[in-house]
Amino acid sequence: MNIFIIIPAYNEEKMIESVVNEVKKFGRVVVVNDDSSDSTNEIAQEAGAAVLSHIVNRGQGAALQTGMNYALENNADVVIHFDADGQHCAQDIERLIEPILLDEVDVVLGSRFLCKITNYKIPFLRYLILKVGVVFTRFISGINVTDTHNGFRALSRKAAEKIQISQDRMAHASEILDEVVKNNLTYKEVAVQVKYTSYSKKKGQNSLNFINILKELITGKVLR
Amino acid sequence: MLIKYIITIFALFVIYRAGVRLKNKDISKGEYFLWIFFWLLVIIATLIPKNLDQIAQFVGVERGADLAVYLSIIVIFYLIFKILVRLEKNDREITTVVRKIALNNKEENNEKSSRRND
Repeated sequence: MNIFIIIPAYNEEKMIESVVNEVKKFGRVVVVNDDSSDSTNEIAQEAGAAVLSHIVNRGQGAALQTGMNYALENNADVVIHFDADGQHCAQDIERLIEPILLDEVDVVLGSRFLCKITNYKIPFLRYLILKVGVVFTRFISGINVTDTHNGFRALSRKAAEKIQISQDRMAHASEILDEVVKNNLTYKEVAVQVKYTSYSKKKGQNSLNFINILKELITGKVLR
Repeated sequence: MLIKYIITIFALFVIYRAGVRLKNKDISKGEYFLWIFFWLLVIIATLIPKNLDQIAQFVGVERGADLAVYLSIIVIFYLIFKILVRLEKNDREITTVVRKIALNNKEENNEKSSRRND
């Protein structure tokens, strides 16, 4: 079983080493360096990851797709998406890919809302916006999930081949759900921990970024 | 009306500049004639405003100038839409190129290190 873990990274020199080290026991690590201006590239290589570098910044969605292309070229059987900022727990990987290894579903989506552990609290505004996002996504994409914007996912090879991310920036999360429905892929959600530290909260999306995401989604549907 | 002459002189200037661009091969013949045609219409409309008023009232607008503004806005929106579509396309193409470069560089690096290890 060739398991690939794709970590899109932009200026994550502080966290990338520990993230790569935690994750590498579970499979081959591919860090996609999205034109970082810091030492993300060097540190990730040192830590033993395969590093792909975008020469100009294209966005997390674009970085993920680049990583997926690489994984598929290298005979990946399972592809995992994992965040570079330390919000995800490597320990959750085994539970996440189990349904795929057992051939139950094509796609496994991590959900922080299914998780009983509340050591790290979700900022309230973020919680609110994510909950609204669930309703919105249910309506627009026709998919029923509890966490629409979680970067922790696992895809079977078949799913990775079918899903094409064309939304380069943050709307890719919604687009992936759309693609799951469009390609009739089977999916399920698995509880995962999301750690909110002051570092990740600073680096992460501004909660009000959902406005930009909406704009990108509408633009994507109208202008293409 | 002073504005009549200002617009006419400006239009003539634009037509002249278009001629220069055509000579420098910056624009094609088709683009040149389209552009000239537009500005000639502007000159006609400006110098003979009565015509414009008649046309305007025919379609149900009071003044020729009003009609000119309405049409211009419609054209501008349409052009902006076309530009946005083109921009979106450009963006996607840039990502395709950046992705290819990233994957190619990785392949080269892999080959280099496997050659070193041999």
